Amino acid sequence: MTAAGLAALWSHWRRNPLQLFTLVAGLALATALWSGVQALNAQARSSYDAAAAVLGEGRFDQLVPRVGDTIPRDTYLALRESGWLVSPVLEGPLRADDARIRIVGVDIPSVPRWAGSDAQDQRADSPRQDRDAIFAHPGIVDALAGITEYPVIANPDMAPDTAMTDISVAETLLDRPDALTRLVVARVQPLGLPDIATVAPDLVRRAARQSSDIDQLTDSFHLNLTAFGLLSFAVGIFIVHGAIGLAFEQRRAMIRTLRTLGLSLRRIMLLIALELLALAVIAGALGVAMGYALAATLLPDVAATLEGLYGAQVAGVLQLDPAWWLSGLGIALAGAVLAGAGAFWTIARMPILATGARAWAVASGQRRGWQGILAVVLVGLAGFGPVLGGGLLAGFASLACLLLGAALALPLVLDGLLALGERRAQGVRTQWFLADTRQQLPGLRLALMALLLAMAANIGVSTMVSSFRLTFTGFLDQRLFADLYVETDDTAQGAALQRIVADRTRAVLPIQWVDTQVAGQQAEIYGARVAPAYAENWQFIARDGSVWDRVAAGEAAIINEQLARRADLWPGDGVTLSPGRTLPIAGVVGDYGNPIGQVVIGEPLFQRLFPDVAPERFGLVTDDPDGLRAVLETELGLSQGQITDQAALKAFSLDVFERTFTVTAALNVLTLSVAGFAILMSLLTLAAMRVPQLAPAWALGMTRRSLGRLEVLRAVVLAALTLLVALPLGLALAWMLLTVINVEAFGWRLPMYLFPGDYAVLGGLSVLAALLAALWPARRLARTPPSDLLKVFANEG
Amino acid sequence: MLLSVENLSKSYPGPEGPVPVLRGVDLQVQAGATLALRGESGSGKSTLLHLVGGLDRADGGRIVIDGQEVTALDDAGRAALRRETIGIIFQQFNLIPSLTVAANIAFQARLAGRHDATRAAELAEALGLTEQLDKYPEQLSGGQQQRVAIARALAARPALVLADEPTGNLDEDTAAVVMDQMLSLVTETGAALMMVTHSPDLAGRLGRQLHLRQGRLA
Ligand SMILES: Nc1ncnc2c1ncn2[C@@H]1O[C@H](COP(=O)(O)OP(=O)(O)OP(=O)(O)O)[C@@H](O)[C@H]1O
Ligand SMILES: [Mg+2]
Repeated sequence: MTAAGLAALWSHWRRNPLQLFTLVAGLALATALWSGVQALNAQARSSYDAAAAVLGEGRFDQLVPRVGDTIPRDTYLALRESGWLVSPVLEGPLRADDARIRIVGVDIPSVPRWAGSDAQDQRADSPRQDRDAIFAHPGIVDALAGITEYPVIANPDMAPDTAMTDISVAETLLDRPDALTRLVVARVQPLGLPDIATVAPDLVRRAARQSSDIDQLTDSFHLNLTAFGLLSFAVGIFIVHGAIGLAFEQRRAMIRTLRTLGLSLRRIMLLIALELLALAVIAGALGVAMGYALAATLLPDVAATLEGLYGAQVAGVLQLDPAWWLSGLGIALAGAVLAGAGAFWTIARMPILATGARAWAVASGQRRGWQGILAVVLVGLAGFGPVLGGGLLAGFASLACLLLGAALALPLVLDGLLALGERRAQGVRTQWFLADTRQQLPGLRLALMALLLAMAANIGVSTMVSSFRLTFTGFLDQRLFADLYVETDDTAQGAALQRIVADRTRAVLPIQWVDTQVAGQQAEIYGARVAPAYAENWQFIARDGSVWDRVAAGEAAIINEQLARRADLWPGDGVTLSPGRTLPIAGVVGDYGNPIGQVVIGEPLFQRLFPDVAPERFGLVTDDPDGLRAVLETELGLSQGQITDQAALKAFSLDVFERTFTVTAALNVLTLSVAGFAILMSLLTLAAMRVPQLAPAWALGMTRRSLGRLEVLRAVVLAALTLLVALPLGLALAWMLLTVINVEAFGWRLPMYLFPGDYAVLGGLSVLAALLAALWPARRLARTPPSDLLKVFANEG
Repeated sequence: MLLSVENLSKSYPGPEGPVPVLRGVDLQVQAGATLALRGESGSGKSTLLHLVGGLDRADGGRIVIDGQEVTALDDAGRAALRRETIGIIFQQFNLIPSLTVAANIAFQARLAGRHDATRAAELAEALGLTEQLDKYPEQLSGGQQQRVAIARALAARPALVLADEPTGNLDEDTAAVVMDQMLSLVTETGAALMMVTHSPDLAGRLGRQLHLRQGRLA
């Protein structure tokens, strides 16, 4: 019985392969986009992690020698024997032609600890054949290849002038057998370890910095990208919803017949659920595979290099990790359930007899009206959401309400616009065209909703991403304007550094701070040695007078946006630094890299308030970074890892982001194509039903060719009208992502910029997508044999 | 007794409250007996047939088929009864559009687990459908489609065949041919037949005639 029932249900797809294709392809594309964005996200994250690790950015505690720059191998082994999870690094400069290359040798099997405790197991079996390879920044590949026999592989994730390889290769290259320069300490360590001072008295532990400056910024970026992934998925779901709805609509009579022939409703529902499940699993598997292919195509270097160096985990999602597969399948299933729920519910309540069905059809007509009301309510809720409720969840809920409401409202808005045009139209042809277009709306409803969401997502996301890029560049300029960034071992070395570099630099900017509480919030107070460079580079969200002069004079303070928002302190208000010491606020500065509050005061005042604090870290402004670096290394004995070339770091960070932006643009185009695909499928499905509607126009003297042209025009008009709705929706979406969601998640607001040029291009692309989608169905219509058109009249008689 | 209906009542909701259609119908049908159901349009013939077939629920009264009380069964039970015991032939054919003629004929028999290829082939032969077996319903004429529906109902060897104006959609000549074939096949299988018809000729060829008037049988 089950087999016969399934065969009957399945036969529908066999007779309507196009519908089956739409369903599977829609679901697969939705899943692919979702998985692709996830892969992109993971890739971006791992690139930053790799960058941070290579740059010695201090995300992990490190052990360095108290004197000199060599750690004996025995010390390392002693630490390992005592149970400490440390990973050895041999680092040193290498001359090749004119280039000065920084070689970083790591112990590949123990690298996992860099990525945290969760990745440890997979790492041990990373491919052996890659252990001889040297992964180098593209700029130095040729130079390196000229001086070594080892295979050199370009990897854009490496910092400039940096090459990473296995420690044994580094030993040979640097000619320092059995030497180590530092040890990286894993975040999670076994319990009950002996003190490091007793096991390795010659090493000092340098603490990790609380959080890398770029961390929070990238986290915010990822959050926004995830929102984008969900949106792309929503676009796919609309397509699937359309396909499932159509299939169920067409199978309604069959389901009734099945029931009269003795299949119970419960069994039919079960069979349909099984069928959907099977389709979702197939589509999900296809989608995950496509998402993988997508990510691999968009990010070829990731697959090629990071994977080889780090093994499975850093390349992360690009490995066919079972969890990733499962989450892709899960999302496909969830999508099918979401899209099928309505149709399922309809079938469950459908009466067995066709006679009673008429009342039921009337009821579903009334649903249209309800949809309008629901749309208005949802958009209203979205508008009030940010006002009424706080919290990240409320933000996302508002976002969902806005998008859903707008999608539901779209058919009504389009109908209104067309009706308006119809009333205004002069020619009878135009009138007929507009009226006929209105009649097509119900059939194209879901495809147009998908197009709306795709366009809005694109506008929203490109606004978000571009605003993000502008902000990020500005932030880097502001925060990383010094040329070299130096971290000394202790305050004595810090003082020595200030003496040595005093007449070799344009400015020495000590980085000194205390952790404290300000206005009831956790915060850091920084003492800044005010230099012209600050005034040139820092931009204020809000300011009061000549900020830096007042700060230098100890008369005012600068606070960051986080503190300003959390404590509601703005220029003119006072901020209390310690009992009895309150300063007016002169400026609020955007501080995208920081989870906690910050107060910046002048150095003299800082020294008076906190006489015990002396600087260990410095920013150096110089015209000759390389020369200065050499001086620091020879005269102060600083190791490579203690000196960071900020210009290179900045260029590198921008480059990493740049690639993420490129991929985002590619995903944008894909989302649009998916929406275009939805339009194509809807038009193809509608084309069959169109014949009876077009026959009278044909009989009244319009050629089939001109009818076909009108079909294309219709798609373009509808796409253009949809664009009119999508533009404000997309901007609202971006606004909510940047100013509501981001503030809720991270405490700071990303400024929003507008990019009319981008929107124009996007609009052009959308209309083009609609045009392309309409071409084929229109051609088919234009070629409908006259006999088919005549049949319409014959059947009526 | 194959079918026994007692004091069956049914009303439909109308603009001014419920409109009674059946008001206490009593009916007994022996196994193998044939019965014509006549009455004016709107008198409730289809309603009665639907209730007997378990396609709709009665307001009051009892229907017992082959010892099973239809009126007390749930949806799954009524579906099982239709599958095992009843063959229904509608005026609008109700074929499955995406299955071939052969698959349509075999369908209910398959559901009931009684599919017999020889029997299906014999029925197709008797109804003149041998040439059409691989076609889809939309490629057949009305008379051919109705013959497929008849073959489908009979292939499952039901004890009771319910037919609601099976030839109402066909022209007179075709109707006569189809009806002849159906009657002889029903007689041959030994099924009981309850058929709604407007035609006195057709009704005359069945064992019994009943009229539905003002919600009661006479
Ligand atoms: N689902 C329904 N809802 C409301 N009224 C209904 C419904 N089905 C039938 N009726 C009404 O019940 C009465 C009987 O209908 P039924 O279809 O049983 O008549 P019939 O005898 O089969 O007529 P015909 O010979 O025209 O087929 C009619 O007045 C009809 O309008
Ligand atoms: Mg009737």
